[in-house]
Amino acid sequence: MSRLVPHPFLTLGLVLIWLMLTRFSLGHLLLGMLVAVIAGWAMSALQPERPRLRRGSAIPRLLGIVAWDILRSNAAVAWLILTGSRGGTRRSGFLHVPLRLRHPSALAVLAIIVTATPGTAWLEYDQESGVLLLHVFDLVDKAQWLDLIQNRYEARLLEIFE
Amino acid sequence: MSHLDTVPLWAAIPAALLVLLGSGLTLLGTIGLVRLNGFYDRLHAPTLGTSWGTLGIVLASVILFSTLEHRPVLHDVLIGLFVTVTTPVTLMLLGRAALHRDRAEQAPGVPPAMLHPPTSEQVPLEQSP
Repeated sequence: MSRLVPHPFLTLGLVLIWLMLTRFSLGHLLLGMLVAVIAGWAMSALQPERPRLRRGSAIPRLLGIVAWDILRSNAAVAWLILTGSRGGTRRSGFLHVPLRLRHPSALAVLAIIVTATPGTAWLEYDQESGVLLLHVFDLVDKAQWLDLIQNRYEARLLEIFE
Repeated sequence: MSHLDTVPLWAAIPAALLVLLGSGLTLLGTIGLVRLNGFYDRLHAPTLGTSWGTLGIVLASVILFSTLEHRPVLHDVLIGLFVTVTTPVTLMLLGRAALHRDRAEQAPGVPPAMLHPPTSEQVPLEQSP
């Protein structure tokens, strides 16, 4: 089984995407499974570092938090643009965030979260020291942003991965 | 027009609101891109369009076409998924290119390079003829 389907989650996801893009029928299910299994072999030929989930049950909660934060920061940034950056008093700035996360997949997820949330932009990450350089659109309180990244997102990712 | 006449009101209202929300946020993002000062500030504005801007339009499309075709039409969700997953690639590329340029020009207010080991990024550009 593991030789035929080396990446079960990837293969399952690809079958689902195939069915969503076409129609739910037996023919498309078989065709989608064929494509997904071949894609799984191609993936294992690349030999990626496998992400190991420790507590997958924490994923829905993280997704919910992120969706809410994205909505909130959308409103905040939209308001800042509408009001002309609070009459010109808004100040943006760079922020160094020391991270404990090391797993590439977990870092990729964090990058997606940070980017998808308007108001924070991931600029660069130093693998050796584990320091992330962010640019924050509305940098009022540095500690608050550090807390957001380290405790709200990173701690939950540490819980999920490794 | 014939299609739109068959949309029931309970689906048309949320779909219209979501389209307005999504396109409104995308419009604000582009306005911000024009009006904000400095590259790093401008980097933030278009993310309005790639997050809830896209999501609003995609959700409206799901609601509208699911009611029109009397079956769940979910493939639009994939647009949102792929936009979300691929945006960081472009954004990081642009951000790091800007950092590289500003450090080379020794622009004020830009944090110094911290990447180990020292790479060609730290070599100032003035050495070129």
